[in-house]
Amino acid sequence: MLAGGQSLVPLLNFRLARPAHLVDINRISSLDRIYERDGGVAVQALARQAAVEDSELVERACPLLRDAVRLVAHRVIRNRGTLCGSIAHADPASELPAVLLALGGNVVAHSARGRRTIGADKLFNGVFETSLAPDELIEEAWFPAFGGKHAILEESRRHGDFALAGVVRAGDRLALFGVAGTPVMGDRGDPTRGLQPSGDLEATPAFRLHLIRVLTEQAFAA
Amino acid sequence: MIVNGVEHPAPSDVRRLLSDHLRHDLGLTGTHVGCEHGVCGCCTVFFDGAPVRSCLMLAIQAEGHQVTTIEGLAADGAPLHPVQQAFHETHGLQCGFCTPGFVMSVVGLLKEHPDPTPGQIDEGISGNLCRCTGYASIRRAVARAAELSR
Repeated sequence: MLAGGQSLVPLLNFRLARPAHLVDINRISSLDRIYERDGGVAVQALARQAAVEDSELVERACPLLRDAVRLVAHRVIRNRGTLCGSIAHADPASELPAVLLALGGNVVAHSARGRRTIGADKLFNGVFETSLAPDELIEEAWFPAFGGKHAILEESRRHGDFALAGVVRAGDRLALFGVAGTPVMGDRGDPTRGLQPSGDLEATPAFRLHLIRVLTEQAFAA
Repeated sequence: MIVNGVEHPAPSDVRRLLSDHLRHDLGLTGTHVGCEHGVCGCCTVFFDGAPVRSCLMLAIQAEGHQVTTIEGLAADGAPLHPVQQAFHETHGLQCGFCTPGFVMSVVGLLKEHPDPTPGQIDEGISGNLCRCTGYASIRRAVARAAELSR
């Protein structure tokens, strides 16, 4: 399923993904709305990240989401990339799945069999894995309005890169990303409890845990 | 698709990237291909008025849309586009490989922020890599381009 293509096309270019069929949804009209629904903001499958970033509704109802989108890659990527695509791609170091989890949002999955709503806590199964069926499209993602204290903080080697580790605070809720196979909820008093992050050339597991402790402290100091 | 004001048929190979189509099929080799996964920014073109990575789109997706490449900014023999002129004046290029992508990104940046702050300049060029590390003069080029565009 091809929407913005900012994650899928690199995978195709590297031959890491070799799908037999590719369905481009970009020509479906009226699937790019960002609108108010059920006391929150719904972002449809073809709404570009840049449109979310510039949305007055998002700024007013869910400024945390706007702050998070600004950390996604670069503006030129956000001109094409979609919010729903980032969520469906489910990169464990990605900001938007963690924001959906922190806010307790959900997605509407649509297939020929109908629609179903999947809560953020039931959506992410593992690295690049979701509970979506192969024939399901995320038709829209829904974020509850939130005007309380919030922060999204991350550490990356270069601006716009995937985070080595990051935290999302929404009121008393804390979500962590880059330190497990999926975004995970954390406890502000002991944010690294149970975490076993992987290490790579950019950061050791111990450094990632250190970042989580420091970033959590900063997120709640605000 | 309309490329620099000229209508072209879509390629017959549906797997062709837009960047490869521009270079190999249309001969518009000003669009450079560096990393082919959206990191370097060299292949940046305008798609319906906004800068995008041409290596992260299939050419077939551009059917019915407007594409502007670096060749489309100023006609041969005509004065340079203000952003090109600014890069020329401030030595905003060394080897030149990254320059078409930087220029297209900066045109997009100045459309959104005609009078950019230093922070907006840094943010606006953060998605492009210059392997010669000529960022200081590229920053100056953006500020000069904003002046020339006024």
